[in-house]
Amino acid sequence: MSLLALSNLTIRYGRLTAVRNVTFTLTEGEILFITGPNGAGKSSLLRAIAGVTPPAGGRIDFAGQDITGRAPEDIARLGVSMVPEGREVFGSLSIEENLLVGTGMHAATRNWRSRAATELEAIYDTFPILKDRRHSQAGLLSGGQQQMLVIGRALMTNPRLIAIDEPSLGLAPNITDQVYERLIALRAHRALTLLIVEQSSTRAQLVGGRMILMRGGEVLLDGDARVMGQSAAMQAAYFGYGEH
Amino acid sequence: MQTLFDALSLGSLYALGALGIALIFGVMRLVNFAHGDVISFSIFALLWPSTDAVAIVFAGELPWFVLIPFVLAMGAGLSVLSEIIVFRRFRRANPATMMIASFALGFVIRYFLLMLFSSRPKSISLLPALSQPVEILGARIPLLQVITIIATIAILFALTAFLKRTRFGLEMRAAAENFTMARMLGVRANRVIMGAFALSGALAAAIGLILAAQTGTVDIQMGASVMLMAFIATVIGGLGSLPGAVLAGFLLGAASVVMQTVLPIDARPFRDAFVYGAVIMVLIFRPQGLIAARGTKERV
Repeated sequence: MSLLALSNLTIRYGRLTAVRNVTFTLTEGEILFITGPNGAGKSSLLRAIAGVTPPAGGRIDFAGQDITGRAPEDIARLGVSMVPEGREVFGSLSIEENLLVGTGMHAATRNWRSRAATELEAIYDTFPILKDRRHSQAGLLSGGQQQMLVIGRALMTNPRLIAIDEPSLGLAPNITDQVYERLIALRAHRALTLLIVEQSSTRAQLVGGRMILMRGGEVLLDGDARVMGQSAAMQAAYFGYGEH
Repeated sequence: MQTLFDALSLGSLYALGALGIALIFGVMRLVNFAHGDVISFSIFALLWPSTDAVAIVFAGELPWFVLIPFVLAMGAGLSVLSEIIVFRRFRRANPATMMIASFALGFVIRYFLLMLFSSRPKSISLLPALSQPVEILGARIPLLQVITIIATIAILFALTAFLKRTRFGLEMRAAAENFTMARMLGVRANRVIMGAFALSGALAAAIGLILAAQTGTVDIQMGASVMLMAFIATVIGGLGSLPGAVLAGFLLGAASVVMQTVLPIDARPFRDAFVYGAVIMVLIFRPQGLIAARGTKERV
């Protein structure tokens, strides 16, 4: 069943069109990489899905509901969890407080406090470093630890779809490996749907799954990441030679 | 001893005012210049409309434990109402536009009071028992001053506990630091902003109560002077930083009182010039404020 469907999505900033007529669907449980060079419109796409940048045209459906132009908090409450570019930890809050911010959306449901506590323990099991420093300020963490924190924070809301913007940005390669290892394990464990934006396609080819290649606000290619890696069209998208 | 208590009680007023401004600035980057008029309004809400010199206090017979919550509720109510009616429409506007809207709202409130009560100051006797002096370490301090200081400290502790220990406080701190991210985690923007306005309005009302009890007069301009100092306190405290606002409020109060006593007699009428001079010095050396708020830090 399709969990997320974008049809003819267009995003503009003033007179600049960042994303033009993008259409794709994402099936529950799938892992999708969106790659492409700088300025391809990848982050804009995520911001539109999260409700932060209302699209200029087209529509977005999530779990059978039209979410185009809805408020970010409403979209989050439907089960879309965002890990935005630049990580955006709440630096003055403690690590544990960062993790707990998103649990308030379930406050109307029964036993939400005990479920949040269980969830917290699960996150600490996945990322033990966070548990060791649970009461220190999040702003003092290293880049890799902050990345783990924001992934943990996104998971705490118990989402159906988790969208991550450049998880490898600013991280050493071995830390990136760790982050991905955890993500893949979590996905298998929780039946999560993953939408990952990366500038480089190497990670997508390594992990496998589906990949969409964007350039200049449009979708160029959509297919299996490993197959696409060999194609000449992909080289062309990045480096601008070939038939373009 | 007398000077110390003067400094602390004046500082308390500025700190409470600065806190009210910083709370709203923290969540929506709005410098609310209507804050001073909320101070006046919450006290005038106790009076029957009239242009007489003596205030007709319809709620004056109320015992203190009804009177105080009533005034606080008036401040919080007006503040929340101004959010719903005015500021909500400017949510996506730039900060300068919002600031001008707050000036306009302030004028509306002030002229509304002017219409009903005229601009003449009115004498009022609120909680008269509090003007009795008490003896502390050989100095005779008005009981009200002691209560002002104790109440301010109590409010500061209660607010800290609220922000640190409750769900709503957590959401408010997260929203103050990064509003968009908080919303992406399901924090309801309107609820947090209304909460900030309610708290800020209640703080304004507390100032109104203290001022009216201290001076024995009410006047539709009464909030303006506190508002100005409180605004300066939020700036030198680091806009949006709550501890900074409180610290700077107390420092400003202390600076005003100390200068009043140490300046030569001839220079005393210009006391405020010296205080503002000190403010300028602080801003030259720490333009980000005494305690910089995270959300406003320049991004590299």
